[in-house]
Amino acid sequence: MNRLRPGVLATLLSSLVALFLLMPLIAVVPVSFTSRRYLSLPNGDWSWRHYTALFGDPDWGSSLLTSVQVGVLASLLAVALAAAFCIGIWMLRPRGAGLMTGFVLLPMVAPPVVSSLTLYFFLNQLARWNSLVAYDKLGGVVLAHMVMIVPYAVVVIMVSLSQLDRRMDLAAQSMGASVPTRVFGVILPNIRFGLLGAFFLCFLLSWDEIGVTLFVTSVETITLPRRMWMGLRDNVDPAIAALSVLLILVVTVLVVIRAAMLMRKERRARGA
Amino acid sequence: MRPVLFLICPVLLFLGASYLLPFLGIVQLSFTDPDPGLAQYGRVLTEDLPTGVIWRTLRLCVIVTAVSVSCAYVITLLWVRGSPLVRSITELCIMIPFWISVLSRAFGWLSMLSNRGLLNTWLQDLGLIDSAIQMTRNEFAVVVGMSHYLIPFAVFPLATAMRNVDERVLTAADGMGASRLRIFWQVFLPMTASGIMGATLLVFVFSIGFYVTPALLGGGQSVLVAELIYLWLFQIPQWGMAAAMSVVLMLGVGGILFILMRRYGEMAK
Repeated sequence: MNRLRPGVLATLLSSLVALFLLMPLIAVVPVSFTSRRYLSLPNGDWSWRHYTALFGDPDWGSSLLTSVQVGVLASLLAVALAAAFCIGIWMLRPRGAGLMTGFVLLPMVAPPVVSSLTLYFFLNQLARWNSLVAYDKLGGVVLAHMVMIVPYAVVVIMVSLSQLDRRMDLAAQSMGASVPTRVFGVILPNIRFGLLGAFFLCFLLSWDEIGVTLFVTSVETITLPRRMWMGLRDNVDPAIAALSVLLILVVTVLVVIRAAMLMRKERRARGA
Repeated sequence: MRPVLFLICPVLLFLGASYLLPFLGIVQLSFTDPDPGLAQYGRVLTEDLPTGVIWRTLRLCVIVTAVSVSCAYVITLLWVRGSPLVRSITELCIMIPFWISVLSRAFGWLSMLSNRGLLNTWLQDLGLIDSAIQMTRNEFAVVVGMSHYLIPFAVFPLATAMRNVDERVLTAADGMGASRLRIFWQVFLPMTASGIMGATLLVFVFSIGFYVTPALLGGGQSVLVAELIYLWLFQIPQWGMAAAMSVVLMLGVGGILFILMRRYGEMAK
């Protein structure tokens, strides 16, 4: 068995790949402490100025708020739509279920730039009718994000439903439960973790979304990634480095905690 | 029956109204703006600028796919077959970059590669070079940044394929006296071919519509298809051309996905 573990060559090459994967994340740290206003390394003079700029500038705060608002709204609505769809398909198993699911997954497989163009076009049309859900408006961004994240919610909830015992629902049905009772009393409570997982995934996707957001916003509704983009595009602002360091820290802590929890669970399962 | 239909319909209506119909609007635009007929498609497929961009996109995406899949293969090997400790370390190396936003990662590469970045500063401090080497705003930076983004995506199909390899086959080859290299080359690699195929197509499809990383690291010097569409919308407004290019892109990706599903369908049989 041990003879068939990866050898020295594979380990060496993998270490190079791992270095390649982690290097840019580490490189951000010194850049965030530079004392100059352009991308550079601190030359002995480490400074917190970009961190203070980040927290002092109300623009970053308002972008953070926008991102959270968009993320929560879009995720809640997307999960609600996706849950209704998946439960409907699961209960009815209609003909053409595959086709319908394929259609719902379309925004996930289409090239993002095509989706962006489509949504830009659509929100521009909507702008003629209302000023709430339109180009460069909060409602418009929520709608665009919903289109992009609904497929992921559908995938997560479908997986969750596939593990649900159909006989439970049949039992409820044979006891005379109505459709709302079956949905709210039987199915939803049993897939609550799936729903929660779908919500988290959707929120993360919306939080990071930049491809479509770039096309459907300009100056009024600026999400956090959109503001980062503005600081990266023209002349590189080291405040982005400070923000990136914070974001990387959060992700790293979360991933490590998750890995540690999984390992503990595994060990406990082996012990039991 | 009827209440259940009430559940299925909202999302279909929502996506129909805000995705399918506008996309059909884009298709219509590609045939009408500014000239009716196939003129826009003719220009997209014959003029120097768009064809140049299409070829550059294809060339870079092939390179990026090759780099990403080979790097992913090596690291997945360790993730799936290493000792428990190695496995958890590798998992962190894959998962941390995977969850970090594309913007932070592009910025990381700017910090690495730009003229006053980490690499240039080190090389100068070591006295290996006199003046900074231009490593951003070119195709090299685009390939590096895109590969970095796509490696974790290539890992997942490869890991599935590697986990499905029957351990007993490897033990048998070992017992028959095959060398380690031969076990890898003639047994393990062919048995993971389906994973390589899946990873290759997945990465290629992802890379071809890429916008953010090439725009940031290419610095306008090596424009790819997605950036050209953006330019045609916001810098030099030519909606019909942008629409036609989008339809071409959609057809290309659709074709690849179709091949993918047919192949996997046949394998399942």
